[in-house]
Amino acid sequence: MGKVIVVTSGKGGVGKTTSTAALGAALAQRNERVVVVDFDVGLRNLDLVMGAERRVVYDLINVIQGEAKLSQALIRDKRLETLFLLPASQTRDKNNLTAEGVERVITELKRVFDWVICDSPAGIESGATHAMRHADVAVVVTNPEVSSVRDSDRIIGLLDAKTVKAERGERMEKHLLLTRYDASRAERGDMLKVDDVLEILSIPLLGIIPESMDVLRASNLGSPVTLADARSAPAMAYFDAARRLAGEALPITIPGEKRGIFDKIFGRKAA
Amino acid sequence: MTKVLTDARSIRIKGRSFLAVVLSPDLPVDEWLTRLDDLASRSAGFFLGRPVVLDVTDLEINRTQLMELIGELSNRNVSIMGIEGARPSILGPGMPPALKGGRPVSDEAVAKEPIIELRNSDVKPAAPEARAVLQSLVIREPVRSGQSVIFPEGDVTVIGSVASGAEIIAGGSVHIYGALRGRAMAGSIGNTAARIFCRKLEAELVAIDGIYKMAEDMAPGLRGQPVQCWLEGEAIMAETLI
Ligand SMILES: Nc1ncnc2c1ncn2[C@@H]1O[C@H](COP(=O)(O)OP(=O)(O)O)[C@@H](O)[C@H]1O
Ligand SMILES: [Mg+2]
Repeated sequence: MGKVIVVTSGKGGVGKTTSTAALGAALAQRNERVVVVDFDVGLRNLDLVMGAERRVVYDLINVIQGEAKLSQALIRDKRLETLFLLPASQTRDKNNLTAEGVERVITELKRVFDWVICDSPAGIESGATHAMRHADVAVVVTNPEVSSVRDSDRIIGLLDAKTVKAERGERMEKHLLLTRYDASRAERGDMLKVDDVLEILSIPLLGIIPESMDVLRASNLGSPVTLADARSAPAMAYFDAARRLAGEALPITIPGEKRGIFDKIFGRKAA
Repeated sequence: MTKVLTDARSIRIKGRSFLAVVLSPDLPVDEWLTRLDDLASRSAGFFLGRPVVLDVTDLEINRTQLMELIGELSNRNVSIMGIEGARPSILGPGMPPALKGGRPVSDEAVAKEPIIELRNSDVKPAAPEARAVLQSLVIREPVRSGQSVIFPEGDVTVIGSVASGAEIIAGGSVHIYGALRGRAMAGSIGNTAARIFCRKLEAELVAIDGIYKMAEDMAPGLRGQPVQCWLEGEAIMAETLI
């Protein structure tokens, strides 16, 4: 049985969709069967980041409503044959997501795929709770700033209350993915420090993804950054995060930290 | 180092037995409203969705003034579930019902039941008589933003932090083995001996027996420190723990 992962945050624009695509493509490059599922009904995005927007015929809602079979709605990636997308509907109302429908789809996907990665919409409403409901593992995407941290804290509370795992009295595995980390702003003290975020949220760190133009460039190409530019700093950070998700223990480096030490040694002021 | 955390004329907020928030205005009402606005602006959402009881015991106002006061409060989105301590002559149709001790005056049968149950769902409601025995609630994980732990029966101990936007409301003392970043209200059903302890004070609000203090009124030297708070008369005192 595959593992179900929810990529969630509470706050919008922090990098959930980017991370879903990047982690999905990174895991698929390990030859594992991966499906990324867009739960952002009405504001679908994942198809764009995956470069599959013109190949969408059926979507999650069609499958839930019984208008299409799962196999008809799944889109296989053109570059990686073990990577699939289940798109969201852009036109249908999100109230068409039903608890039974979502459960049926996730159960079917788990049978076929090693990883089912659910891209959650922002907010704490039904879209987000549907996306997290059947998760085994949560990736909590957070930017190093107070409002994002507080929203993540709120989401962690929901993960411990509103998921099937929580209701069974089991512990939901939660990981922090700190994204859009800007080393120069961190040096100036304009951002929360990694330690502070970890102390507030008190869940283990899956990785730190630097703020980078490479991410934007990749999405404009319709490609997860781990496919578009595997040698770029954000891609390498996502590859490491994917390995940790798969159970490897890797040390975590804070982007730009080396330069910080270098600057101190040579007595230069950081710009 | 002991610091007085409250000024003489703070607004008293009380969580009564059933945790309706009780507002007790004083005269002149204008000035009281100004202080209420100040409190509300610094604790966004504090009154939202909470049952509020207006306690007008010993307040020299007539019916028109009371109507005006209720109007002013409803302009501030504070909805009053009942009025306590009002002379029958100043109450009238269209006003919230009269209450006594947080219970409708007219119906003694109702008085045995909690009006509002705002409990932590894990906690079994205790019979009112059992409240004489102090109980303890131990929470073994962080209290997250948006979560409320309400335990009128006794002390609350949190092994972990209380997040910004989270709150602990205890009938007894509050012990936090972690950072207090949200709100802690001890002695919420009227217990002046209750205290608040935390490893790291970064609270948005602390309150004991209805006397509250907001973050910005706390001495800067206490921020980030292990601190205990207690009540002396109408003042919240605080000092660092060694
Ligand atoms: N590491 C990053 N560096 C630079 N831009 C990023 C990074 N991560 C995400 N972004 C950009 O931020 C915006 C929001 O990202 P997205 O993944 O859509 O967030 P969400 O799904 O949480 O709303 C997008 O324009 C995306 O390209
Ligand atoms: Mg998104």
